[in-house]
Amino acid sequence: MKIVRAEPGPRLMAVNIDEGEPGTFKDRFHLERDPHRFIEGMLIAAWAVGIQDIFVYLRDEYHGCREMLERELAALVADPPGELPRIHMRRGAGAYICGEESAMIESIEGKRGMPRLRPPYVAQVGLFGRPTLEHNMETLFWVRGLLEHGAQWFTRHGRNGRTGLRSISVSGRVKKPGVHLAPAGITVRELVNEYCGGMIDGHELYAYLPGGASGGILPASMDHVPLDFDTLQPHGCFIGSAAVIILSQHDRARDAALNLMRFFEHESCGQCTPCRVGTAKAAHLMESRKWDQSLLEELSVAMADASICGLGQAAPNPIRCVVKHFPHEV
Amino acid sequence: MKMNELAATAETIDFKLNGETISAFAGETIIQAASRHGVKIPRLCYKEGYRADGNCRACVVEIKGERVLAPSCCRAPAKGMEVESTSARALHSQKMVVELLLSDVPKVDLKPGGNELFHWAAELGVQESRFEARSQPKCDISHPAMDVNLDACIQCTRCVRACREEQVNDVIGYAFRGDQSKIVFDFDDPMGASTCVACGECVQACPTGALAPARHAYAVKADKKVDSVCPFCGVGCQLTYHVKDNKILHVEGRDGPSNHERLCVKGRFGFDYVSHEQRLTKPLIRKAGVPKTGEFTVDPTRWSDVFREASWEEALELAASGLKRVRDTVGPQALAGFGSAKGSNEEAYLFQKLVRTGFGTNNVDHCTRLCHASSVVALLEGIGSGAVSNQVSDVAHAEVIFLIGANPTSNHPVAATWIKNAVERGAKLIVADPRRNDLARHSWRFLQFTADMDVALLNAMIFTIIEEGLVDEEFVRQRTSNYEALRENAKDFSPEKMAPLCGIPAATIREVARAYATSKGSMILWGMGISQHVHGTDNARCLIALSLMTGQIGRPGTGLHPLRGQNNVQGASDAGLIPMMYPDYQRVDNPAAIERFEKFWGRTLDHKPGLTVVEIMDAACEGRIKGMYVMGENPAMSDPNASHAREGLAALDMLVVQDIFLTETAYLADVVLPASAWPEKAGTVSNTDRMVQLGKRALDMPGDARQDLWIIQQLANRLGCGWSYAGEESGVAEVYEEMRQAMNSISGITWDRLQAQSSVTYPCRTEEDPGQPVVFTENFPTADGRGKFVPADIIPANERPDAEYPFILITGRQLEHWHTGSMTRRASVLDALEPRAVCSVHPLDLDAIGAQPGDTLTVASRRGEIALAARADDGTPRGTVFIPFAYYEAAANLLTNAALDPFGKIAEVKYCAVKLRRGGELQALGSYGGGQSFEEKGVTPA
Repeated sequence: MKIVRAEPGPRLMAVNIDEGEPGTFKDRFHLERDPHRFIEGMLIAAWAVGIQDIFVYLRDEYHGCREMLERELAALVADPPGELPRIHMRRGAGAYICGEESAMIESIEGKRGMPRLRPPYVAQVGLFGRPTLEHNMETLFWVRGLLEHGAQWFTRHGRNGRTGLRSISVSGRVKKPGVHLAPAGITVRELVNEYCGGMIDGHELYAYLPGGASGGILPASMDHVPLDFDTLQPHGCFIGSAAVIILSQHDRARDAALNLMRFFEHESCGQCTPCRVGTAKAAHLMESRKWDQSLLEELSVAMADASICGLGQAAPNPIRCVVKHFPHEV
Repeated sequence: MKMNELAATAETIDFKLNGETISAFAGETIIQAASRHGVKIPRLCYKEGYRADGNCRACVVEIKGERVLAPSCCRAPAKGMEVESTSARALHSQKMVVELLLSDVPKVDLKPGGNELFHWAAELGVQESRFEARSQPKCDISHPAMDVNLDACIQCTRCVRACREEQVNDVIGYAFRGDQSKIVFDFDDPMGASTCVACGECVQACPTGALAPARHAYAVKADKKVDSVCPFCGVGCQLTYHVKDNKILHVEGRDGPSNHERLCVKGRFGFDYVSHEQRLTKPLIRKAGVPKTGEFTVDPTRWSDVFREASWEEALELAASGLKRVRDTVGPQALAGFGSAKGSNEEAYLFQKLVRTGFGTNNVDHCTRLCHASSVVALLEGIGSGAVSNQVSDVAHAEVIFLIGANPTSNHPVAATWIKNAVERGAKLIVADPRRNDLARHSWRFLQFTADMDVALLNAMIFTIIEEGLVDEEFVRQRTSNYEALRENAKDFSPEKMAPLCGIPAATIREVARAYATSKGSMILWGMGISQHVHGTDNARCLIALSLMTGQIGRPGTGLHPLRGQNNVQGASDAGLIPMMYPDYQRVDNPAAIERFEKFWGRTLDHKPGLTVVEIMDAACEGRIKGMYVMGENPAMSDPNASHAREGLAALDMLVVQDIFLTETAYLADVVLPASAWPEKAGTVSNTDRMVQLGKRALDMPGDARQDLWIIQQLANRLGCGWSYAGEESGVAEVYEEMRQAMNSISGITWDRLQAQSSVTYPCRTEEDPGQPVVFTENFPTADGRGKFVPADIIPANERPDAEYPFILITGRQLEHWHTGSMTRRASVLDALEPRAVCSVHPLDLDAIGAQPGDTLTVASRRGEIALAARADDGTPRGTVFIPFAYYEAAANLLTNAALDPFGKIAEVKYCAVKLRRGGELQALGSYGGGQSFEEKGVTPA
C-alpha cells in the first residue's frame, strides 16, 4: 500500500473476487454473509492510498453476489458517507488465469487475460498503465475488524507457533465440508477432527491438498504439519488460498494429480511455451500407467523455472508430490 | 527500440554476463547487449524492431538472486547484475522450450534456410523431441498470396504483433487458451475470407514458415538475393528479390529508411508480371495498311493482327527516321515525348535530354502532370521547392497529423503504417476527405466534406486561426511575405458561413483549426484529392498558408508532405522530365539556366516552355504535334477523356512506344520497342521522402527485349546526338554521374556512395553531407528567403452535377492495382484479389436505382459510357460514384473531364458529372485480368 501511495496519481485499485482456485469458496462465503464489511474495508483501503477509481472483478458464476453488490453499491453512491472513489463492477468470464493479478488487469482493460511480465510491477504500472493497489476480497473483509478491535484481536489466535485466523475452505471426504474459520498453524488432522466432524464413515485420511490445485499433495503420514504460509515450503507445498481437499483410501493421488494437470492444461493462458505446451505434454505423460519420471522431472524443472507466472511455475507441484510421497502409485 | 537507435545514447550500464563484465546502453535489453558482445542467446518470439513479448522463453537466463529465470529479451541489465545465459540451469530451460516446440511441428522444414526453430534446435544440440506431437490443424490455402500452415506454428505471436502493432491492420488475433491457443484471422475465418489486406508482414515475421508465401515459394532455394526498391508507389520501400532460374521466388522487405522491412501487397506479392507471357520480346512494326482509330479494344495475344516482328536495326531506323522527318520537315515543335515516372532517374534524365537536344523542343512531360503538378506549382511559388519538407516517418514526432485528399492505406500503404503507429503513440489524426477511407477509423476527427469544397474548408480554418489569435506572429514577421493579402482574403470565409458549403459544422472546423495551430508539431500530408481539380493549385496554396501562418514548418514533426504517387515521380520531375524546367527545376526560360545547359549539353536549346500532357494530346488532335516518343506511359488509359487522347495518338504520323506490354497506347504505335521491367535493370529512383535509392538488376530480360537506357541512346544517336555512355547496365553509372553534374541538389550523392548506402536523402551538397530529412529550418529557397502567402478564392468544379448527370464521379486507385493495370492485372496474386472492374456507390443510392451489390451498372458522362459491377460502400458519400482507373474493360478515363487547373495544367479527374443506371452490358474480358493469370498457375482461390 505504501508503494502505491508513493506513486503519482491517478492511482487505481483492483479487487479480486474472481475466486477460481479449485476448492476455494471463502470469498463467496464471507461476501454473502456480510457484504458491508467488505465494502467498508475497500473504502478504507482506497482512502488510505488515495485511490481515484476502484474496479471490482467478480467471478461471473456468482450471480447472487453480483446482484447484491450492484444493489448495495448503488445504495452507497446514492447516500455516500463522504467523498467516494468511482467504483466499477467488472464480470470475469470464467478464466482461472484471471485470478492472477496482472492477467486480471488485462481482463479489466478488455484484453485477453494473460499475465504480464514483471518488472514493471502493478504497484507502479498497473491497470491502464496507472499505479494500482490490488487486493483480494478477504483481505479487505478483515480491515474493519482489525481497526475496531485492534491487531491483538486477530493475533491472539493461532496454533503450533503460528498467529492469526484463516478462512479455510474444506472439501472432500469429511463429514462437515465448508468454510471454517480456524487458527493459523492448525494441522490437517486437527482441522478434520475439530472443525469438520471427522472423516466420512468408511474413509481414512490418505492424502490432502493443503492449498488448492497448485499447492501440492501430501500423504496422511504428514498430517502433523502446521498449515500456514511458509510452513509447507520445505515439503514442496504451499497453502495458497487455504483450500484444503481431503482424500481417502478410496482415492488415488495420481488421479488427483492428473486431474489437476488437465485443469492447468485447460486453464493455461497459452502465452508461454513451458506452461502452454508443458502442461499438455505433462498431462499426456501422466496418463501412462508407469510414469517416465526422469522426463517429467526435466519438464517440471523448466516449467517451474521458465514459466511467466505462478500457474506454470506451480503446475509441476502435483507431479513432484506424487513422485516424492506416493511413488508406489506411479 | 532497435540497437542502432540505442547506440546513439551515450549512457552505459556495466553488468556481468557469463562471468565477464560488459556494458549495455541505457534502454538496451540483456539479449541486445549480449548480441553486441558476440553472445547469441536463443530467441524465437523476439524480433529486432518489434516489441519484445517474452513469451517463448527460449531466451531465459539466470540472474543472480532471482527465484526464477528471466527472459533476456525483456529484461534490462542493472548495474552490477550477474547474468548467466549458458549455465546448466539456463541451458536446461532453453533446450526444453525448443524440444517442446519441436515436438509439435512437422519434420518437414517449411522455411528451409530461414527456420529459426530448427536453427536454434541445431545450435542447442536438440535433435528430436521425446514428447508426442499434438493433433495437427489443417492448412488454410484460401488466400491467393499466403498459406497458413498452423501445424508449424509455435505461437510466438510475431505475426500478431506484425499485424496489430507494426502494420496496424488488426486482422490477426490470438484466440482460445492453453494448448488450444491459435492464430486466427478476424473471427477465426479462413485467411482468404478475412479482412486481411495481404501486406505479408506476418509472413516475413514468422520464424517457422507457418505463414508462408503461397504455392511453396519457400521450398525452392534461391540462387541469389538481389537488393532493390519496390517498383510501385512513391514510398520507396527497399526490398530483396529471391531469385532462381531467372524467376523471382519471393520478395522480402529490407530495412530501408522509408519502410524498415515493411511492404504492402503489391511490393511483396505483385512481382510476377515481369514473367507474364504477354511480355513484348521483339520489336514490332505496324503492318502496312492497318488503320489507326481512337475506338478499339486491345487484345495483346492478337498483336499480329496489327504488327509484324522486326529486327532492332529495322525498328530503330524506322522510328528514328520517322521522328527525324517530322523534326526536319514540320519543325521541332511538332515532336513531343512522354517519359515515365515508372522509369529510373537515369532514364528520365536521358529521355528529356533526348527531347531537348535531339528533338529540339521542350515538349516533354510525364504523368506528374496528372498527379501533383498543381501542388508543385503552389509549392514552388510559395516556398521555392516542390519536394516535401519533412519525410513521412516524421509523423512520429508530430502531435497533430492533418491528412487531406489522400487514401494512404490503399495508395501509400507503408506510409499509412507510420501514421497509424503515430496515432497509437497518441498523435491526433485529422482525416479530411469526401470519401471515408480506412484511416478514418484511426482518426481523432474525420471531416467528410463536400467534394470540391476544399478551399471553403481550408479558408475557414485560416479564418479561425486569424480570428482566434492563433497566428504565429513571430514566424509570419520573420519568415513570410504577403500575409496582409491572406488576412484580407480570409475575412469572407468564417466557419459559420462555410459550414453549409463544405458540410462540416463550424464548431468542428474551429476545433480542428485550433488543434492544428496550437500543437507542438502539426504535419500536413495530402494526395490527389487536393491536386486533381481545376482549383488544385488553390487547394495547395491554402495548405501552404496554414503551415506558414502557424509556423508549423521547418521543424521535425511539422511541414508539408504531398504524398508522391509513382515510385519515381519525384525523381523524374527532379531530372527535368517536365516541359518548363531543366534538371533541378531550373526554368527553361531563365537565361542563366539556358546558358548552363547549352554549355553542358553542347547544343542550342529551345527557350520556350513546352506543352504539357493534356496540351500535347490536344495539339495532336489538332495536327500541331505529328510525332511522339512514349516511354513507359499509357496515356490512352491514364489521360482524362481517354477517347480524345486516343484520337490524338491515332492521328500522329509517327508514334514510337517503348514498353514491356502491348498497352492501349502501344496499340496505336507505328513502332513498338520491347523494354525492360524494373527488376531487369540497374538505376536509381527518388521517393516521396527525397531519398535517392538504388535498384540492382535481378533478372535477365525475356527474348530480345532491351534495357530502356540502351534504347534511348540508340534513338538519340540515330537523331544525331552522338552520345556514348560506357559501362555495364547500358552505361547507367556514367549517365548518373552526368546527371549529378547537372543537379546541385544531389551533388553529394555519388554513384559509389549509392552502391555503399543504397539510399541517401537530398538536398545533399557534399559527399560528407548526410542529407537533410527536414528542410526550411532557417529560410525558404525563394528569392527573398521568405515563404509567400497566396490567397485563394472558391472556384467551382468545371462540370457540376445537373438534372441530366446528377452524380459526381471521383476516380482514383485501389490497393491491389497500379494505375492503368498493365502491370498489376498481370500479377497473378493481385489479379486474383481484385479481378474485375467495380464502382463504389453508397448502398442507399444503389437501393434507389433498384440495384444490389454485384449488379451491373452503367455509368455515363458527356464523354463516354462504361459498364461495371456495383460495390456497396457507405464510405462513398451519397450522390457520388468512385471508380478506379485500372480496368481496360471499363476505363474510368473514358468518362473524366480534361478541364485544366490554369497553373498546374492538371486535369480535374477527381470530379465530373455522371449518370447511373442499373443494367448494361459488360465489355468482354480480354486476354488478361479477371483472375486469369492466377488460374493459369493451376490453383483456384477459395
